[in-house]
Amino acid sequence: MYTKQLGKRLLQTVLVALGISFLTFFITYLAPGDPVRTMFAAAGTMPDEELIQETRAAMGLNRPVLVQYAGWLCGCLKGDFGISYAYHKPVAALLMDRLWPTLKLSVFSMFLMLLVSVPAGMIQATHKNSLADHVLRGLTFFGVSMPNFWVGLLLMLVFCVRLPLFPVASFGGDFKSLVLPSVTLAFAMSAKYTRQVRTAILEELSQDYVTGARARGIKEWKILWLHVFPNALLPLVTLLGLSLGSLLGGTAVVEVIFSYPGMGSLAVAAITAYDYPLIQGYVLWISLIYMLINLAVDASYSLADPRMRQKGQRI
Amino acid sequence: MKMVVKKNKYVCLLSMLAFLIILAAVFAPLLTGGVDPAASVLKDALKAPSAEHIFGTDKLGRDVFVRVIYGARISLSAAFLVVFLIFVLGTVLGVVAGYFGGWTDAVLMRTADMMVSFPGMVFAMAIAGILGPSIRNAVIAVALVSWTKYARLARSLVLKIRNRDYVAAAVVTGSKSSYILTTYMIPNVIPTMIVTAATDIGGMMLELAGLSFLGFGAKAPNPEWGLMLNEGRPFMQSAPWMMIGPGAAIFVVVVVFNLLGDALRDVLDVREE
Repeated sequence: MYTKQLGKRLLQTVLVALGISFLTFFITYLAPGDPVRTMFAAAGTMPDEELIQETRAAMGLNRPVLVQYAGWLCGCLKGDFGISYAYHKPVAALLMDRLWPTLKLSVFSMFLMLLVSVPAGMIQATHKNSLADHVLRGLTFFGVSMPNFWVGLLLMLVFCVRLPLFPVASFGGDFKSLVLPSVTLAFAMSAKYTRQVRTAILEELSQDYVTGARARGIKEWKILWLHVFPNALLPLVTLLGLSLGSLLGGTAVVEVIFSYPGMGSLAVAAITAYDYPLIQGYVLWISLIYMLINLAVDASYSLADPRMRQKGQRI
Repeated sequence: MKMVVKKNKYVCLLSMLAFLIILAAVFAPLLTGGVDPAASVLKDALKAPSAEHIFGTDKLGRDVFVRVIYGARISLSAAFLVVFLIFVLGTVLGVVAGYFGGWTDAVLMRTADMMVSFPGMVFAMAIAGILGPSIRNAVIAVALVSWTKYARLARSLVLKIRNRDYVAAAVVTGSKSSYILTTYMIPNVIPTMIVTAATDIGGMMLELAGLSFLGFGAKAPNPEWGLMLNEGRPFMQSAPWMMIGPGAAIFVVVVVFNLLGDALRDVLDVREE
């Protein structure tokens, strides 16, 4: 039963991936004007008509659109995402170079976020309607409403310009260059997540088994950490997976502010330069990673909760 | 009852704040004493905040306060437009899909699935960037990646009442589909959709400002807040005030609209009980 569900889910994923590849490919057809001219214009040269026609033919742009799509897709399946117009290097290699820094940034900011939001949410839930609850609720509200690029700029102003503790440009790749971008990303996320932790814990605290445990005289901290927390973890893991996915895509702004050498800043540069193969590669990669994370989260869900395997709702 | 009045007072206060912001945007010329937000006075460039220029001036000597006030026009109208577009598009498509089912529903829901398994900001960036940077294209991009949420919601609301007896009665007595849709389905769906739209205004504003900040939205010399922050970035050392005004403006406006949306949701939930 379990394998069958997983298989069905995999098939669904493949279909959605196909749809995404289609969308990704056609994004570039939104562009006003001719990619070849744009490419030359971006490179700063004004070629004659003959060269343009030759380049078009060489790039396969004279073929029918669907043939182009099929060719591109076949290439992608073989790991060939095309050659970047701007860098004249394979897209896969360019993205691969930037994947690790972005991953590092995402994971580290999630770690920071958990460090803040789990205790904060716990305090809110266990001391519901107390002063701490209200103060934290106010803080989370502000956190959600702060534009993350402004947070990044302010952090930079304070910690790079006024107190030069951190480098202004983070392309060094050392730990120091990771701190401020991660804090910026963690800032808004913690606010959102604290709310979720609060809701999840409150929900579990109202369950019968908690009353039962209290009646048996089990210490409150034991109930909280050994009984309530593991149960509340389940919905949080789902959310964590989703946040990791959206983080990978959402790092662009922060990467640009801190000149962090990740996929996001590469993508922004690619979009500005109309580097279509690179844009397509980036969007496709991020979507696929996002989908794989979702799939992994779903699978872990049914591993963590045996009931899910029987009901098969999640898978 | 007391609760409702108390909540409504809160909503009134927030609505007034939101209204004030809108008024400030509409009457920007009056509020700023008729100073042109695009008029550069190069001898006044990069002046620190003073009584004359309370938010300071930018690299072209333009008054940052004036530009922030005029920026409200762009940010507010763009965010309202996005929310309106996805509200209408999502509601109509969701209601139709939920009511008729079949292939319309299948196509719509698969598209929505695809959008969900897609980090929206990445797609919006790509669309806005490739269409060419302008506030209109940023609106199109954000709307394109956000409408599915509304369609899903409207569809699920319709499915909830689709099999109620009064709908069955209407079908049996020979009511036209268009009549059932407009009399039963849409009115049932609208309140929840409006609340969702209200809570989304702040978020949309942030996304649009983010796109402009990256250079995929408003173009210079437009006084858009995200773009102003981007312009202020190189002058962080010498003129940090250039990014204080616009950032604070985004923050305050988003806070007010988020609070208003949340408060509206609470009030409407109370009534439903």
